[in-house]
Amino acid sequence: MRQVTSAFVKMPTSLIVGIMLTSLFLVAALVSFLWTPHAVESLNIAARLQPPSGDHLLGTDHFGRDMLSMLMVGARTSIAVAIVAVGIGMGLGVPLGLLAAAHRGGWLDDLVMRGNDLVFAFPSLVIAILITAVFGPSAFNAILAIGIFNMPVFARVTRGSALAVWTQDFILAARVSGKGAARISVEHILPNIANVLIVQGTIQFSLGILAEAGLSYVGLGAQPPLPSWGRMLADSQTMISFAPHLAVLPGLAIIATVLGLNLTGDGLRDLLDPRLRRQR
Amino acid sequence: MTLHRTAPAWLALAAATIMGAQTALAAQTSITVGMQLEPPNLDPTGGAAAAIDEVVYANVFEGLTRYRADGSVAPALAKSWTISDDGLVYSFTLHSGVKFHDGSAMDAEDVKFSLDRARAEDSTNAQKRLFTGIASVDVVDPMTVKITLSNPDGGFITNLAWGDAVIVAPESIDAAKTAPVGTGPFTVSRWVQGDRVELARNPDYWGDAVALEKATFKFISDPTAAFAAMMAGDIDAFPGYPAPETLPQFDADPRFRVMVGSTEGETILSTNNKAEHLSDIRIRQAIAHAIDRQAIIDGAMFGFGTPIGTHFAPHNPDYVDLTGGSMHDPDRARALLKEAGAENITLSLKLPPPSYARRGGEIIAAQLREVGIGTEIENLEWAQWLEQVFRGKDFDLTIVSHTEPMDIGIYANPDYYFQYDSADFQGLINDLKLASDPAERKSLLQAAQRRIADDYVNGYLFQLARTGVANAKINGLWENAPTQANDLTGVSWSD
Repeated sequence: MRQVTSAFVKMPTSLIVGIMLTSLFLVAALVSFLWTPHAVESLNIAARLQPPSGDHLLGTDHFGRDMLSMLMVGARTSIAVAIVAVGIGMGLGVPLGLLAAAHRGGWLDDLVMRGNDLVFAFPSLVIAILITAVFGPSAFNAILAIGIFNMPVFARVTRGSALAVWTQDFILAARVSGKGAARISVEHILPNIANVLIVQGTIQFSLGILAEAGLSYVGLGAQPPLPSWGRMLADSQTMISFAPHLAVLPGLAIIATVLGLNLTGDGLRDLLDPRLRRQR
Repeated sequence: MTLHRTAPAWLALAAATIMGAQTALAAQTSITVGMQLEPPNLDPTGGAAAAIDEVVYANVFEGLTRYRADGSVAPALAKSWTISDDGLVYSFTLHSGVKFHDGSAMDAEDVKFSLDRARAEDSTNAQKRLFTGIASVDVVDPMTVKITLSNPDGGFITNLAWGDAVIVAPESIDAAKTAPVGTGPFTVSRWVQGDRVELARNPDYWGDAVALEKATFKFISDPTAAFAAMMAGDIDAFPGYPAPETLPQFDADPRFRVMVGSTEGETILSTNNKAEHLSDIRIRQAIAHAIDRQAIIDGAMFGFGTPIGTHFAPHNPDYVDLTGGSMHDPDRARALLKEAGAENITLSLKLPPPSYARRGGEIIAAQLREVGIGTEIENLEWAQWLEQVFRGKDFDLTIVSHTEPMDIGIYANPDYYFQYDSADFQGLINDLKLASDPAERKSLLQAAQRRIADDYVNGYLFQLARTGVANAKINGLWENAPTQANDLTGVSWSD
């Protein structure tokens, strides 16, 4: 089986499945910008709680909104929040990690890493709730809260991988040729740890989607009328006995996206990690 | 070996426990009542929160008069009273032998203390207006108290039935916020903050003995958790049940009884009459025409609720149906907005936690969007809502249910959070205070209802229905809510 696969596309199965699942929701989110089966802003109370039908492929919710449209726009919310949050985490965490690695053993390294430990010491969801409770619930604050907690993850992964690269001979050669630490970090370290960062980014992306759903579930994420998977779940809890599709569909969407991203991450690691590749 | 010998004994013990539990069930004298909100304190004379009265009214504290389940007012601590011909002097004869929970006797001095305290300059009573008409309170003898009014007031006996007018003792009032001492059939035995308040039967109660020995008020704010607790039997009754969508399920289950009654809760789209756009009556009228009340009742309350067109309870005989003046008419709303030059305005919509507000808010936001008014929804917890909206007046629109009985008088207070300031209306309420002739009172009340409807002070949505669920074996719970109360004095279990 493995041989067939590798002969066929040279891609791990998990990567194929993961990319398929992920792109399903990515496409749904992108399409929702241009078109949804029904408008998500318009309520039609008379047509509420309908089971799936030709007009409403996945039924309607308790306000008579089309579930498929809600899920599509909800995908957009989740993905947007997660992408920006991971962006913040990478944008700040990777430079910090490179900085720490460049000054390994120095006070700057200690400062960055102990700061990291400080952020790590608090349960992320609790702090996210704190941030959104103090500054008011909104998608923006959710992004900020999730983003801050992505930062130390990336800083730590970057530093760890960068330290290994710093000991390589070609870095020594670069130093001998007169390149400074900053230049070496950008020109030689970063390209060599990119694969690790991409894999970590995929995993953090899925965690970001989970975190956004969690915050929205407790009412601290995206605010109505913007649809969000987490809030759809929370709103439909009491109706699960007579309209199960309201809770099951957003739940499945969250599971499928997170699973897809995790499989993609795993697959990418298999594909990008030279040591793992050799073992196969 | 040991295990084999002990096992039968252990089983027998378990069986005995189960059988014991069954006998206890057959003669149940305790009840657990669910409430959505926890009271901030337990002193009904010092706090505005409805949850205070919902725990202590009639159970722990009593007034001279009291509300009954049908909304009528009956004697309580006052055995009888006489009213002078000019309607100014009320002479109350008190029940003798009434004791506070701490053992001290309740007499005319306590009545004088309670009423003087409530109407004092520095009083923190949430309904001071109930007492403003009192000129003096005099002790005639220990069992007789004479109250003199400055003007005749036809509603005075009803005012005294409010939870804010209960009789307290000077010795114990300082601790009333956490350890209230009243004259009622139950004493507060324990308050586990954030979870429950436990009441125990008062063995020295002066009136008819109550059937329950123990009552627990358990606070469950989340509708899903309320549903689960009810289904699991952790809660025996939930009179203000927060998830109306699940009521059909309870209705179909023989273990439960669903109670749908009326409340004094006028649910309104409260409008800040001093806010930038909303001081313009045309915009307020446009909002009123943009609202489709039936859609809100169906969507937010699953059909439970009665449309209202003014701030008055439809089951009151003096109610006028004014819904016609603010019919759902989006075209009219758009025309009014155009006339006012406010075609693309955005208003803040701050929503407290109850589902009528959260769901209703989403529906209203959609309805306002139809006519071109944008809204920024912000979901708030009650503490934040009280801080920002009720005290800070920092809002454009909010949704809240005003559950006090006969509370149209709040519109006469220009400092009330929706900041309606109309000399016309204040005059009507002043006249009403002086009127004691029923026909005159009726016409004044109706004029007051018309005034606020014509001024489109707030968006009038619906009268909140009292949707409750209880174990089918419980008798004597109030179906309607003529005042904020969970009166347990008549509650008992059958079989």
